[in-house]
Amino acid sequence: MASYAETGFRSALLRGDAPVPEGLTDGAGRPAGRRYDVYRNNVAVALREALETGFPAVARLIGPENFARAAGMFLRSHPPTSPVMMEYGAGFPEFLEGIEALRGIGYLGDVARLELALRQSYHAADAPKLDATRLAGMDEVALMGARLVPAPALRLLCSSWPLLSIYRFTIETGRPKPPARAEAVVITRPDFDPVPHLLPPGGAGFLAALTRGETFGAAVEAAGPGFDLSATLSLLLRQGAFSDLLTD
Amino acid sequence: MSYTLKSAALVGAVAAAIAATGAHADEMAQEKCFGVSLAGENDCAAGPGTTCAGTSKVDYQGNAWTLVDAGTCTEIELPAMADGTERMGSLDALERDLPMDS
Repeated sequence: MASYAETGFRSALLRGDAPVPEGLTDGAGRPAGRRYDVYRNNVAVALREALETGFPAVARLIGPENFARAAGMFLRSHPPTSPVMMEYGAGFPEFLEGIEALRGIGYLGDVARLELALRQSYHAADAPKLDATRLAGMDEVALMGARLVPAPALRLLCSSWPLLSIYRFTIETGRPKPPARAEAVVITRPDFDPVPHLLPPGGAGFLAALTRGETFGAAVEAAGPGFDLSATLSLLLRQGAFSDLLTD
Repeated sequence: MSYTLKSAALVGAVAAAIAATGAHADEMAQEKCFGVSLAGENDCAAGPGTTCAGTSKVDYQGNAWTLVDAGTCTEIELPAMADGTERMGSLDALERDLPMDS
């Protein structure tokens, strides 16, 4: 018996207009072309629904019909590379940005990145939450040389759009209209579910340096203008953004 | 500003951050708010390939939840039920509006 690859079984799966592979038969030996069509349809629908589940804010921003169209294009050009469906759609944000008809919605890719990061944060490994009081007794030298270890569920997104405000306005009712500003978003998982937070001014550069493994002192130097160390650090400590503190 | 002075200021800022950690521990708390999700729109962070997303089958299903800021749950306005009974969100799972076929 020929393999799936030889009969074109797999290559025709994601091309609705491709002819049904030859030689398919049902249990009684009769031609089973229509069964293949049913199966092919189910593959596409399942992948489209996976994208709808993973990117609800994107779907609301562009509407269900546009989303179905974009998802249909994506699933045919980006079939799953893993059987684990919770990982499907990692390339969707970039793909959306490449669709000419959606260019007018400049923040669409970033909203998709936020939704993807929330999902990845949810599935990240567990880690103990750093006890904030471990920072308390340190002198200047020890503090400046210390390294805060990011929790596996921590995600950082820097957008030139009011990303979190747009996301909340889209996904939640009664949220105010997004202000015209750039927003940096940190995702933490204090308990079981990931939570996105707006980072205080200058916090993105600080946190990005920490996630690169740089020292506390270097991270403070890397912080952006108007950096509010107390506000940024208390948010991150409260939310369990770090799992450990390394000192030399 | 010398390095030492700057570091001392940083240590103070870190101390303030640690103090704020205890003082505002519940500031960002959210509650699981039952009974305010539209069908298939209940919050689920797990994404595709899991069984929890989009499984509520009727609008305002009582055992599906959505995240709202603590304290606002019961203030969310929802359309009245078919018999005119006013709907309110609840912090407990509700018995009403459950799917008939599950």
